[in-house]
Amino acid sequence: MRRILAILLENEPGSLSRIVGLFSQRAFNIESLTVAPTEDQSLSRITITTRGDDRVLEQIVKQVNKLIDVIKITDLTDREHVEREILLIKVLAMNEKSRSEVKRITDIFRGSIIDIGKQVYTIQMTGDDKKISAFMKTLANETEIIESVRSGTVGIARGEKALRV
Amino acid sequence: MATQTFTGAEMVVKALSALKVKYVFGYPGGSVLDIYDAIFQQEDVEHILVRHEQAATHMADGFSRATGEVGYVLATSGPGATNCVTGIATAYMDSIPMVVLAGQVPTSLIGDDAFQETDIVGCSRPIVKHSFNCRDLAEIPNVIAKAHYIAKSGRPGPVVVELPKDILIPQNKAPFNIETDVKLRSYNPTKKGHPKQIKKAITAITEAKRLVVYSGGGIVLADASEQLTRLVETLNAPCTNTLMGLGGISGVHKNFIGMLGMHGSLEANKAMANADVILALGARFDDRVTNNVKKFCPDAKIVHVDIDPTSISKTINAHIPVVGLIDIVLEQLQEELENINFVPDSSSNEQWWQQINEWRSLGSFSYQQNNDKIKPQKVIETVYEITNGEAYLCSDVGQHQMFAAQYYPFAKPRQWINSGGLGTMGFGLPAAMGVKLAFPDSHVVCITGDGSIQMNIQELSTCLQYQLPVVIVSLNNRSLGMVRQWQDMIYGGRHSSSYMESLPDFVKLAESYGHVGIQINQLSELDEKLSEAFSIKNRLVFVDILVDELEHVYPMQIKQGAIDEMWLKKGVKA
Ligand SMILES: Cc1ncc(C[n+]2csc(CCOP(=O)(O)OP(=O)(O)O)c2C)c(N)n1
Ligand SMILES: [Mg+2]
Repeated sequence: MRRILAILLENEPGSLSRIVGLFSQRAFNIESLTVAPTEDQSLSRITITTRGDDRVLEQIVKQVNKLIDVIKITDLTDREHVEREILLIKVLAMNEKSRSEVKRITDIFRGSIIDIGKQVYTIQMTGDDKKISAFMKTLANETEIIESVRSGTVGIARGEKALRV
Repeated sequence: MATQTFTGAEMVVKALSALKVKYVFGYPGGSVLDIYDAIFQQEDVEHILVRHEQAATHMADGFSRATGEVGYVLATSGPGATNCVTGIATAYMDSIPMVVLAGQVPTSLIGDDAFQETDIVGCSRPIVKHSFNCRDLAEIPNVIAKAHYIAKSGRPGPVVVELPKDILIPQNKAPFNIETDVKLRSYNPTKKGHPKQIKKAITAITEAKRLVVYSGGGIVLADASEQLTRLVETLNAPCTNTLMGLGGISGVHKNFIGMLGMHGSLEANKAMANADVILALGARFDDRVTNNVKKFCPDAKIVHVDIDPTSISKTINAHIPVVGLIDIVLEQLQEELENINFVPDSSSNEQWWQQINEWRSLGSFSYQQNNDKIKPQKVIETVYEITNGEAYLCSDVGQHQMFAAQYYPFAKPRQWINSGGLGTMGFGLPAAMGVKLAFPDSHVVCITGDGSIQMNIQELSTCLQYQLPVVIVSLNNRSLGMVRQWQDMIYGGRHSSSYMESLPDFVKLAESYGHVGIQINQLSELDEKLSEAFSIKNRLVFVDILVDELEHVYPMQIKQGAIDEMWLKKGVKA
């Protein structure tokens, strides 16, 4: 089952490598990982999406928590939460037909064209990972994907619940 | 008056002295020469010069296992630091508090593949509790204080501190400030067990009809053996120890049913398999204990107490987890039991003991000593008698280790010192040296084999330099016995590279290092010569004992079987 984990940790050199190392060392899987400092520069926030049964997930949470640099970890999966990912994608847009088709699909998915080249469009899209995958698939049916980059998922709990020191 | 300033090297030594560190085990090299120079000019901290950095880690480790204090290692960058890796892993697997101070090339050269540059923090990342890249001179004391605190608190473990040369040199100075009362916002190990979980645990253990207490190294690390013994007596429960937990309850206590696991006693493994409640205390359901996890004690309710939540429900699901310091949790449990004036139900308790005594009567730890070759088990029993059961036994890894665990009942915790988790050959001698340094007036024995002893034999030289008269008892079977045993049992007797050809003359070898060497190859002289070896004070004695090379360690769990499926001897299943 897919899980989304939010981790708050010390923004120290090496903290990220401990997290990544832990996942590979213990054969846990990482589908996506994002990291950046928070509003408090001494802290970093990581969102990891992973897969595993309850038993594996329990170990992941405990093992991550055990790292000295980690302040908190929560599993957002089962609680009300928002998750978003950003996609930047460059597609072939050679002629009028494909240009208008790409534009139409982008509008339907509420994406935006952020750059135009002689023969290419670059599009930005945000959404959860399902929406992004669906968008990419639809685009691929219409035109050729030249390049794409996904940010990986970030997530936050809804309501009053907060992950903070 | 201007505040006094110090070099980074001086700060390292001052920090150690502020933390009351008496010994640091190490080996010099370019990047740490400033620290060596600072050590030379003071008297609080003594440096012990080993002959190989791996030995420094094991020596610090042995010192820690015997005393409970943090063991300190000092190594130079590059090869010095990488030589520590096996020792760090050994300490990590057995949760031993250790701080490794590793030199590094100057900050300006890091990343350039400079001479003797290795990323030791990276190399050791999976085998440390934590590590620090110290980059600022003024931070050195507090980084060391943090390392010390992290190593020792919660579930202990090794911590690596990397110190680049430019923050150690005489040109740079800063004031010395150290906060020994460390607080970290990201690290607050639990102390007390949750009251709700304690209540649940009490219900389970008081309602049990066939309770087993299964205790591990956590009891030893937390110095909780008195609490354990009291609890076991209150419950009148059988108690088994893991290889790491031996001595947690006295090996001659009437409730002790022997070590469990791969080479454990039949009664211990049977009791586990037939228990309705297992109270696991500071143990981690290691694969050398459980055998096939799918067949592990299907009927037992498991109460698992451990300081480390990751140890709970990792391999075996715990029904009642209790996270906390084991000594404190044991006191919580005891208090509850006393509040309800608990006495075990006599009929079910008697029945259970009757059953256990039946298994016990099969005598799974037994061997046949005929009049010819010396049996290794006989040697251990003789050492037990001569040392009155009071020696520190530091073991290497192999058959000799298992015989020592089986045939030397340890009265106290910290008496049995071995690499249980990693199984590091070469651990025994340097560990024994660390113990001897801490307890010069006690018998300190290194139980070893002809294979293991050669993995750190160079330390005989260190023993002479620092007058560390350990007694080395080598169960010489002219082979890598444990490997050969598996080849006999699983690989059709094909002894691929398990035979030690061209062994040295260990007596002469010991003598050439300035020690006493004794060889024993007759059963009739075993008692006398071993007694002689132990009577020699102030000289290291290497006792090379030629034992029966065909002996196997029994009992032994049958691969992939349940915990209590065992070979009792060749071809005989329990
Ligand atoms: C560093 C290391 N390498 C290899 C092994 C695998 N191993 C386990 S026991 C053993 C044989 C040990 O031989 P010896 O020290 O003579 O002890 P014996 O079993 O003969 O009593 C070996 C090679 C190990 N445990 N550690
Ligand atoms: Mg041998």
